[in-house]
Amino acid sequence: MPELTRRRLLAASVPALGAGAVAVHAAVPHRHPWDGDAHAAPGGDHGGHGATGGHAAFRGGTVDAAANGFDPHEVLRDFDWGRTTRLPSGRTLREWELVATDRELEVMPGVTFAAWTYNGRVPGPTLRCREGDRLRITFVNGSAHDHTIHFHGIHPAEMDGVPGIGAGQIPPGGRTVYEFDALPAGLHLYHCHVRPLAEHIAKGLYGAFIVDPAGGREDADEMVMVMNGFDTNFDRANEVYAANTIGFAYMDRPIVATRDELVRVYLVNVLEYDLVNSFHLHGNLFHYFPTGTSARPAEYTDTVMLCQGQRGILEWRFPHAGRFMFHAHQSEFTELGWQGFFEVR
Amino acid sequence: MQGRAAASRDAFAGVPRWLLGLVPLALVAAAVAAFALTGGPGLGERAGPPVEALAVERTVLKPGVIELTVRNDGPDAVTIAQAQVNDAFVAFSGAEGPIGRLGTATVRLRQPWIEGESYDVALVTSTGGTIDHAIPVAVETPDADLSFFGLMALLGVYVGVIPVALGMLWLPWMRRIPPAWLRVLMAVTVGLLAFLAVDATLEGVELAGEGSQAFGGAALVALGALAAYLLLSGVSAWLAQRRAAAAAAGASGWSLALLVAVGIGLHNLGEGVAIGAASSAGALALGAFLVVGFALHNTTEGLAIVAPIARGRPTLIRLAALGLIAGGPAVLGAWLGAAAFDASLAAFLFGFGAGAIVQVIVQLAPALRDDAGRTLHPAAVAGLLGGLALMFATGLLVAV
Repeated sequence: MPELTRRRLLAASVPALGAGAVAVHAAVPHRHPWDGDAHAAPGGDHGGHGATGGHAAFRGGTVDAAANGFDPHEVLRDFDWGRTTRLPSGRTLREWELVATDRELEVMPGVTFAAWTYNGRVPGPTLRCREGDRLRITFVNGSAHDHTIHFHGIHPAEMDGVPGIGAGQIPPGGRTVYEFDALPAGLHLYHCHVRPLAEHIAKGLYGAFIVDPAGGREDADEMVMVMNGFDTNFDRANEVYAANTIGFAYMDRPIVATRDELVRVYLVNVLEYDLVNSFHLHGNLFHYFPTGTSARPAEYTDTVMLCQGQRGILEWRFPHAGRFMFHAHQSEFTELGWQGFFEVR
Repeated sequence: MQGRAAASRDAFAGVPRWLLGLVPLALVAAAVAAFALTGGPGLGERAGPPVEALAVERTVLKPGVIELTVRNDGPDAVTIAQAQVNDAFVAFSGAEGPIGRLGTATVRLRQPWIEGESYDVALVTSTGGTIDHAIPVAVETPDADLSFFGLMALLGVYVGVIPVALGMLWLPWMRRIPPAWLRVLMAVTVGLLAFLAVDATLEGVELAGEGSQAFGGAALVALGALAAYLLLSGVSAWLAQRRAAAAAAGASGWSLALLVAVGIGLHNLGEGVAIGAASSAGALALGAFLVVGFALHNTTEGLAIVAPIARGRPTLIRLAALGLIAGGPAVLGAWLGAAAFDASLAAFLFGFGAGAIVQVIVQLAPALRDDAGRTLHPAAVAGLLGGLALMFATGLLVAV
C-alpha cells in the first residue's frame, strides 16, 4: 500500500515545509464531503428517471426490450399453458416445444452478454399445467453446444434430463421428448444439466415450472419472478442481479398492483455463483408457501431466503396505496440491480 | 574481396548519390504497398473478442464525486456502459462514446465517499468486461487553483531561490574554511543526491506501472533519465565552451557568474518539475525529500555562482539577479510538473529528475578531489556515506 504511506506523509510533511506553506494552504477555503449535499454535486448524471432518484440505477435508463425479444414486464405475467389435447383416457395432454438458441442479450443498457436461451428468452417460458396432466416437452437444440432440460418434480429416471441417462445430452441439431405426469402440485423449475453446470445455468438456460393443484388456487394477480444474475466478465461473480433478467426494470417502471386484491408471486431462485438470494417486501407482510406444495403457509413474514433451486409462493394483499419497494435483502444485490417498486392503486 | 567491392562500386558509378540513398526506402514502400494490396496475407481479421484495456491515469476526489481519467492502451476501442462503486451501480457522466486506441476520457461518478475509506471502482464495458480501479484511501484532491499554484511557487522558492541565496550569503565564510572541509561538504551533498537518484528512479518505475503501458511504462523512466542527463550535459558543455571563450576574451567575473547561474537555473527547472510532479502524484513526502536534498545541493550552487565574483565587489542587485536566474526556474518547473500530471508523464519526469541528479553528481565529482587528485579519498568516502546515512535516517523519521 504505497499510496497509503505517501498520502499520510503528505499530511505529515506539509508543516515541515514551513509556516508559509501552511498559511497559504489554510487561508484558502476548503470543501469537504460533509460540508454539503453530495447529491447537489455538479456534473452528476441523475440517471434520467425521476422514479429512481437517490437509488442506484443504470446510466441510460433501461435496455432495448424489442431487440432482446422479451420485456421483463411481459415475462412477469406471461404463463405458457402449452397446447392441450384430450387423451383417450380423458386426461389432458399438454405439449410445448422448447428450442435452445445462442443469442446476444442486452443485460444492462449498452452491455451485451452472449446468452444461451430457451425459446430466445431469459428466463425461459413459464410452463404452467394442472396436477395430473400428461406433459410432453419437445426439446430442440438449436445451440452450438450440448444441452438438456432437467425438470424438478416427480418423473421417471430416463426423463430427468441429465447426461448418461435416458436421452442424455442432446447435441447441436438434436432433439428429444421429455414426457411425464405433472406431479406434485407446486412451484418448480427447469434448467439445463450439462457440464459445466454453473456455466450452462448462468448463461440463461432456466425457467419456472408451475403445477397448479387439481382444485386450482384462489383468483389472484399472479406474477412470476425468477431471481438471476449475469457474470458478464467471466470471473465467476455476477456483475448484475435482477428478477427476470433486467436489473432495475421494475424501478424504472413499477409493477402496478391493486389495493386489497390478492397478489401471488411465484418466486424462483436460479442465481449462480452466490450462495443465497432473498426477497424482501416493504410495508407489507406475505404468507410464504415453500415450493408451493402445501396449502398452509409456513410463515408470515416480509423476508425469505432461498438458495439456488429453492422456490416458493408468496401471497398478500396491499392495504395501502402508494409505492412499495421489493428487493433482495443482500444490499449488494439490491444496488447491483435486484430491486423494484410495486405501484399500488 | 577488394576487387569485387571495387567492381560493385563501379557498377553504380553512374547513379546519383541521392538515388542510391532512396533505393532501400523505395523498396520498403513497395513491400508495404504489396502487403496492403494483397490484404495482409496470413494476418486477416484478428480472432476472438475485442481486447479491452483502460489504464486509469488520474483519480480526482471531490465532495460527492470520484473522477477518473482513463486512457485506452489496448488495441480496440472501448465503450464504458455502466459504472459501479463498491458493488453498487452509480450514476455518472462522461465517456458517452467509444474511447479509441490511446484516447482518453474522464468519467465523473456520483459517490458520497467518506474520507479515509477505500473504494473499488468497476467500469463495465459494452462487452460486459470490467475495468477495476482501487482507491486505497479516499482523500480530497487539492484544487489546481491559485492557492495550489501558490503552494507550488512557495515550494519552488524553498528549493531554488532561498538555498541559492543562502549559499551566496556563505561567500565570506567560504573564503576562510580550509579546502578539505569544503570537499567533505561536497561529498555529503553527492551522497544525498545519490540516495535521491535511486529513490526517484524507483518511484518513477512504480508510477509507470500505474499509468498506461502503451507509452512504454518503465522504459519512460530510463528515457527521461537519459534525456535529462544528455540535455544537461550538452548545456553545461556549451556553457563551459562559452566560459572558456569568455575567459580568453578577458571577460569579467560577472559574465562568468551569469553563465553559471543560467546553467544552474536549467538544473533547477528539472528539479522543480520533479517536485511539482511528486506533489501532484500525492508523493509530496518525496517532494519533501527533494526539497531537503535540493536545498542542501542548491546552497552549494550558490557557492558556485559567487565563486567567480569572490574577488570582485558585486552590487546587491546583481547578486539578487544571479540568485533569481539560478533559483527562479524551480518555481516554473513546479508549476509545470503539478499542472501537466499524468502517470506516464510523471514517470518520465521522475526519470528526468533522476537523470538531472546524476548529471549534477558528475559535475560535482571533481570538487571532491584532494590535493593528490583522488576523488574517493577517505574524507570524501566518509562524506558520501554520511550523506546516504543522513537521507536514510531522515527517511526513517518521516516514514513513521
